[in-house]
Amino acid sequence: MSEVFEFDKATEKLKLLDAFIETQSAKDEAVISVLHKAQSLFGYLPSELQLHVARKLDVPAAKVYGVVSFYSFFTQEKRGDYTINICMGTACFVKGIDKVMTEFSNQLGIKNKETTADGLFTLNDVRCIGACGLAPVVMINDKVYGHVKAEDVGQIIMDCKEQKGV
Amino acid sequence: MLNIFINGKALQVPKGTTVLEASREVNLKIPTLCHLNLKEFGIVNQSASCRVCMVEVEGRPALVPSCSELCTEGMIIRTDTMRAITARRTAVELLLSNHPFECLTCAKNLECELQALAQELGIREIHYTGEKMNYPIDDSSYSLIKDPNKCIMCRRCETMCNDVQTCGILSAVNRGFDVFVGPAFHLDMVDTSCTFCGQCVAVCPTAALTEMNHTGKVWTALNNPKKHVVVQVAPAVRVAIGEMFDMDPGTITTGKLVSALRALDFDAIFDTDFGADLTIMEEASELIHRIQNGGRLPMLTSCCPAWVKFFEHQFPDLLDIPSTCKSPQIMLGSMIKTYYAQKINKDPKDIVVVSVMPCLAKKAEAARPELTKDEHSDVDIVITTRELAQMLKIAGIDFAGLPNGHFDQLLGESTGASVIFGTTGGVIEAAVRTAYEWITNETLEKVDFVQLRGLEGIRSATVKVGDMNLRIGIAHGLGNARKLLNDIRDGISQYDAIEIMACPGGCIGGGGQPYHHGDMDIIKQRQLAIYQEDQGKVLRKSHENPYIKQIYDEFLGAPNSHKAHELLHTHYIPKERI
Repeated sequence: MSEVFEFDKATEKLKLLDAFIETQSAKDEAVISVLHKAQSLFGYLPSELQLHVARKLDVPAAKVYGVVSFYSFFTQEKRGDYTINICMGTACFVKGIDKVMTEFSNQLGIKNKETTADGLFTLNDVRCIGACGLAPVVMINDKVYGHVKAEDVGQIIMDCKEQKGV
Repeated sequence: MLNIFINGKALQVPKGTTVLEASREVNLKIPTLCHLNLKEFGIVNQSASCRVCMVEVEGRPALVPSCSELCTEGMIIRTDTMRAITARRTAVELLLSNHPFECLTCAKNLECELQALAQELGIREIHYTGEKMNYPIDDSSYSLIKDPNKCIMCRRCETMCNDVQTCGILSAVNRGFDVFVGPAFHLDMVDTSCTFCGQCVAVCPTAALTEMNHTGKVWTALNNPKKHVVVQVAPAVRVAIGEMFDMDPGTITTGKLVSALRALDFDAIFDTDFGADLTIMEEASELIHRIQNGGRLPMLTSCCPAWVKFFEHQFPDLLDIPSTCKSPQIMLGSMIKTYYAQKINKDPKDIVVVSVMPCLAKKAEAARPELTKDEHSDVDIVITTRELAQMLKIAGIDFAGLPNGHFDQLLGESTGASVIFGTTGGVIEAAVRTAYEWITNETLEKVDFVQLRGLEGIRSATVKVGDMNLRIGIAHGLGNARKLLNDIRDGISQYDAIEIMACPGGCIGGGGQPYHHGDMDIIKQRQLAIYQEDQGKVLRKSHENPYIKQIYDEFLGAPNSHKAHELLHTHYIPKERI
């Protein structure tokens, strides 16, 4: 496995995850919802965590890995505190999301799928998030930013930093 | 019944019939690739992923895959339109456009279902070019090779591994063009809980999954004058290898097989059946000991290395249940390196033991560290039925025309009890034949326990042994084994002895046998042949084998003696499940 995931430093989160798994009635059908929960708790799904989920749900690890590698929502890499999801769907693309992407990339000094050195931001392109009326759309963690223009990017980054107290 | 029309012909089919099945009723052979129907073993692969069996249905705008499409009342089907034929050919061409053109040097040359299909459909040109898969080949294990570049995503292996064997090693990973079938986290097969049963290899239509070939090592040993090269052959090989030489499935070729090995210049030719008789001596003793001394019951057989690895990974808390007996091939290997080596006055280091097995797991078994004693292995090289057939072809031996030869002594004599080790139900029947006489001190007149035979996944029977009712369970296929194991874990098992074989059908359906290409009848014919061979034997109880008596008198002492334990028994190691 690619990296060492430190379970002892994550006991609290693991307890929450296990409690969530306990609430699932049909364990073999719960893979996707449990992975959602795991990613929301840990921020990403390292192989050790996938194996933990597989064993708890009594499904093959290969199946869990199959699901994680199929959906682009799931990530196996550690992400920053803020994941900047740039919608590359058709509507956003037509409305010039590429310029927004370039601006984020320039200001943060990272390429798509990379994380800043301070662990604050990850840049991530996604398929259509279903908010085409607001195109071009950027989604940062759970917050949706509509009608984003390249000149808004600086302020968005500042807002995140202020929120984090940086 | 449903009334349907295929290519203008009216026919009636029962509800639940697929278009593919219905078309066979009117002598139409719609080509298929991903489809595999081994219903009696509990597998029907209907992923409809290859799109090779497309047909037209009136009123439906798109073509439908006939393997998974169920007939409906009044359905009008056409299998022979230009549109259907073109779609099938396009599907095959697209598969070929992303396939390595290595047919001439491929392990599945002339056994490949994709190759056969291209020929059947008369594909002479591929109109598509594009990106090709480029994955590393997994040759991490002793048993199999996984080459994802030759995978056509039929998912047969996945169905076999997950639904039938319940090992869950193989799954589709990634999405779109990047999809490939493999283990979790891109692990090497050797780092997973794969049992190496080889059933994925047995059903793979191409060479995406093949056995690890060890024939080179055998040639090298045979050509080394300093080595005394001994070969042993498993029971299931003799009823299957003929298929590789155009003989009918179920032809018994024991004598020809010995002559063929003689022609390859092995120094001694022994019978794994002798090892099986030895196994019964030890296993029946162990069973009786457990019954009479309040030991752990049920006792489970331990002849099948895929099954052994399965319980080590999946039931590490139940390691005290299986018999401690080594498998017949390892027992025989052990006797060759000790008893036989002494007899012929050779240093065991100069002896090479080659096993011919119907099995891929036997390759991994021979390499298990605890089965390596005094710096040498009990068995050095394992080749499959298929690999031996290949060697005979390379050597230019006309197998079908060979006269009948005889195994060498001291380790070549066998009884009918050992022959039936090759099929599901056989090991336990052999054990009962001996245990019966030992427990009752009476002669068993009727040795055929037909209630233990068959191909049902889980079978059970009660055999009266003196004043005791011996409750016997039998499972073949690891999914069926899991059910019996779960009952034991839950404390609701009602058996005294259980036989388990990992492969559907037992060793006759092993992963190293000639490819059955989905024809269940071949496995049935092999099973009939096994019982026929047993019937034809003068001695049919393991303990009556005169050479078995001799080996205990001269060398081992008694069954379950200290020496027997040292050489013929083993232990199991709990393993992770991944």
